[in-house]
Amino acid sequence: MAGIQFDDVTKRYDDGFEAVKHMNLEISDGEFMILVGPSGCGKSTALRMIAGLEDITDGELKIGESVVNDKAPKDRDIAMVFQNYALYPHMTVRDNMGFALKIAGEDKGSINQKVEEAARILDLSGHLDRKPANLSGGQRQRVAMGRAIVRSPSAFLMDEPLSNLDAKLRVQMRTEVSRIQQRLGVTTVYVTHDQTEAMTLGDRVAVMRGGQLQQVDTPKELYNHPRNIFVAGFIGSPSMNFFTAHVEDGKVRLPFGEVDLPQGVQAGGEVIAGIRPEDFEDATLTGDLPDHLVFEAPIDLVESMGSEIYAYFPVEAPVAQSDELAELAADSGLADVPSAGEEAQVVARLAPESEVKEGSKARLSLDTTKLHLFDPSDGSNIAHRGG
Amino acid sequence: MDRKIGRWVAADVVVLVFGLFPVLWIISLSLKTPATVADGRLIPSEFSFDNYSGIFKEGVFTDALRNSIGIALISTLIAVAIAALAAYAIARLEFPGKSLILLSALAIAMFPPISIVGPLYKVWASVGLYDTWLGLIIPYMTFTLPLAIYTLSAFFREIPWELEQAAQVDGATPAQAFRKIIMPLAAPGIFTTMILVFIFAWNDFVFAVSLTSTSAAQTVPAAISQFPGASQFQQPTGSIAAAAVIVTIPIIIMVLLFQRRIVAGLTAGAVKG
Repeated sequence: MAGIQFDDVTKRYDDGFEAVKHMNLEISDGEFMILVGPSGCGKSTALRMIAGLEDITDGELKIGESVVNDKAPKDRDIAMVFQNYALYPHMTVRDNMGFALKIAGEDKGSINQKVEEAARILDLSGHLDRKPANLSGGQRQRVAMGRAIVRSPSAFLMDEPLSNLDAKLRVQMRTEVSRIQQRLGVTTVYVTHDQTEAMTLGDRVAVMRGGQLQQVDTPKELYNHPRNIFVAGFIGSPSMNFFTAHVEDGKVRLPFGEVDLPQGVQAGGEVIAGIRPEDFEDATLTGDLPDHLVFEAPIDLVESMGSEIYAYFPVEAPVAQSDELAELAADSGLADVPSAGEEAQVVARLAPESEVKEGSKARLSLDTTKLHLFDPSDGSNIAHRGG
Repeated sequence: MDRKIGRWVAADVVVLVFGLFPVLWIISLSLKTPATVADGRLIPSEFSFDNYSGIFKEGVFTDALRNSIGIALISTLIAVAIAALAAYAIARLEFPGKSLILLSALAIAMFPPISIVGPLYKVWASVGLYDTWLGLIIPYMTFTLPLAIYTLSAFFREIPWELEQAAQVDGATPAQAFRKIIMPLAAPGIFTTMILVFIFAWNDFVFAVSLTSTSAAQTVPAAISQFPGASQFQQPTGSIAAAAVIVTIPIIIMVLLFQRRIVAGLTAGAVKG
């Protein structure tokens, strides 16, 4: 087992495109690190550089104590789970899982023992002599996991291992992955574009955009204190509401009222306000709370999820514009949806008991301590500045 | 639906008759006696195996058969081995001149053999390759390599690259990954290519008749063309027919033997599709 260290690592392709730019990241021994970001952000490239499947243009990559820049994949003592599993179709499950040990020249007895041990952990004992073609998607996924764990490598690399499973199985395998990692305590780097996986699995999460690390933190920190508008918009579902607001005389003027500028924050003029849907409450249910701004909102759509209610309402404020938000929209396929210009759409996540109705006004309250403010010029979180 | 099936059956029958009637005719010829060989009937009036025993009694045919089998097998093995490596490089690696190699391979395949047979005869005669096995193996390899490289690289391209990367991460050297992962998966392609190369070498007449002269290296197609008749004024039709039937047998055996390996879909289950 070993930690992994990126020291100013850059990946530049022949055509000059930089997939990963000056990446600095230290993954400690036994840590479960998630690399997350929209497609094309460089997360897979970073993972493949650890595996040795992608050359490193600049900088240094260490696994444990040794620099591995020029080491072949086979000499790095790492195991990888591929997105499409990459099982060897002509081999049985047993041979697939034992392949690495066989190459390493271990004797048959110990290979069998390790394979059967791994099969027991993964509930594959009954399928050891079948070929991958005869397995279900979930079983194939577990074989791919098994191939990684029989070797007890110094690190696991997983490249979107659950993205080919259907939704139900994905949730099930997610807890499985988490359990296996805790049990084995092996350093794991896990690439995903699914923020739920990122939030639930990782000890720490590294959010990437355009080849650059945006923020590396625990899931909780990322959620509560996003460093910039990109992280804020990427983490959380439904995602954070953004609209433009004005700061004057130590007050933030929101479309539905004025809020004191948080202590220690210096700002003036135009800012982008960010509010998570769950920081709204139905004021008729909660009554008056301290640090809450109560206002009336014209609800135009209500979605009831059973456990919660999403209420949509427009606010009279320009839709926030920034490159980061445009990229997030493009990634989620929303780029083509026309935005209202002078009217931003806001979603509030309310308790299921709420009786808000489409087409009528509702009394909502906003937790003013949870307000995020971003600099419209570079998207950075104003509260984080200098700190 | 029934009419559609009926039309397909009719079309199949036409193709089968068109393709197999000449074969049937030559089998019939080979079973006729010299007296009835020209009677123009499909079913021989009297069956005789004299033609078959006759050609095996003469050393010419058995020597030619031995040469044919040896030369075709060796050409096939070497050509496919070289083609596998070349095709792998073309399918997987980016290197300067890659398209030039493919183009020149294609150009060679287009070259009519007859146009190089004359010069080749001169060269072979002066370097001592005339009338030797090697003298035929070299041109057979040259002419089958382009085709072999083309078919094999198509097969290699079908194999997901992740499989090799998985093997490398699992600790395999590139050579091990090639031998243990790629080769078994490309087996159908390799067998298909082998059959194509073997058939080319087995059927070749132009090189065989020009670059050999004795039973040291003469292959069956060349030998058949020089069969002596029973007398100076008689065509050895029966013998030629018998020899022709015999030489098709190895090809049939080979195709039957390998047809089970020539099944696509061996890669099914490698990746989630």
